[in-house]
Amino acid sequence: MKLKDLVREFGLEVKAGAGLLDRDVTGGYVSDLMSDVLAHAVDGNVWVTLHIHQNIVAVAAHKGLAGIILVQGRQPEKDTVAKAAEEGIPVMVSAFPAFELVGRLYKAGIRGA
Amino acid sequence: MATEPRLTKTQELVYEITVSEAMAADVVTVGPDQTMADLRIIMRDNRISGTPVVEDGRLVGMISIEDLINALLNNDIDAPIREKMTTKVECFYADEPLVHTFAKFSKYGHSRYPVLERDGRLAGIITKGNVVQGLLKKLEIEFEITEAKQGSSRRDRPTIRKFFEDVYADEISFTFKYLVAGQNLKGTGKAASELKSALKILGVCPSLLRRIGVATYEAEINLASYTKGGEIRALVEKWGITVEAIDGGPGIPDVELAMQPGYSTAPDWVRELGFGAGMGLVNIKKCSDEMELKSSVPEGTHLTMKFYYTS
Repeated sequence: MKLKDLVREFGLEVKAGAGLLDRDVTGGYVSDLMSDVLAHAVDGNVWVTLHIHQNIVAVAAHKGLAGIILVQGRQPEKDTVAKAAEEGIPVMVSAFPAFELVGRLYKAGIRGA
Repeated sequence: MATEPRLTKTQELVYEITVSEAMAADVVTVGPDQTMADLRIIMRDNRISGTPVVEDGRLVGMISIEDLINALLNNDIDAPIREKMTTKVECFYADEPLVHTFAKFSKYGHSRYPVLERDGRLAGIITKGNVVQGLLKKLEIEFEITEAKQGSSRRDRPTIRKFFEDVYADEISFTFKYLVAGQNLKGTGKAASELKSALKILGVCPSLLRRIGVATYEAEINLASYTKGGEIRALVEKWGITVEAIDGGPGIPDVELAMQPGYSTAPDWVRELGFGAGMGLVNIKKCSDEMELKSSVPEGTHLTMKFYYTS
């Protein structure tokens, strides 16, 4: 499944990296702890988090993640959008809270790791 | 325009490939003294419509289904093949370029030609089908060779190990130094990603790069979260890479406790950003081959991580 499929399916708002949505999603990871994501997320995963600061982009770039989905309609900070564009990390926003979104992603075939 | 190089390649191929590479070498033949009745059975059993006539290993003629039909019409089915065969035969030599066959196929309209060795022995026969198959096979082989070459050039790409094998000095090393501001998590990760790019250029393999990247990033986060600032130093040597994170205080009172998973002294502003969960040092330990953490209060902390080359 590609990021653009998720965007279409779940009505995600694309905040950065609109040109990079052809990326394949290998699985998903949900966590709000940076070290946890650094330790356990896998290349090509989509990351679900509530953090909106620019460090999420650095973490995603380091781990080679496919993209980041922010939950509860939380809007990324300006710095985050700029850094995401620079690093080539798509940042998307979902209106759902994390539990709802992850449940739907799982149902759509996205698995952990 | 885009197809031009491929055309050229195919044109090249038809000159490079010889008739023997495309022909069918396993050929059903008949002898001149066999009868047309024998021929009928041989043709039927082998599902062929024509075949070379061979005597003592040498080609003496060609006989086709047309000759057989004529013999049947003339009620001459028991005649020896010798009397019915075509003796003036167009043929190819095995070592000719395949391109020579094109002209004859269109000029004479025969569907098959015998192929001879230079000494006159029959080597095989060639049909239009053989020509097409031969070319396809050759193209496939060329393609595989090209792919293999690309594959091996990927493998042969200079690695950091190769570099150290190829150059000599009494001591060789590269040092990279990055300054990290303390008490500020904005832009954290820059040093780690810049170091990663530098090591990538030096030919460090991707899996080691990932480990160094994550460990260095965690160390950078620690400098930014807890210290007055410090630096990250990477030393690239023949055996591997050492990454150090050195700060000017305040130091860790109990190093052993700090190493416990989940233990953290992170202030609220750090935790709010999703850092400070007490997993950084654990991650560093997991990612590095060797790790040493020395600290004294209030002078500061010196973290050393070592990574060995794996490939």
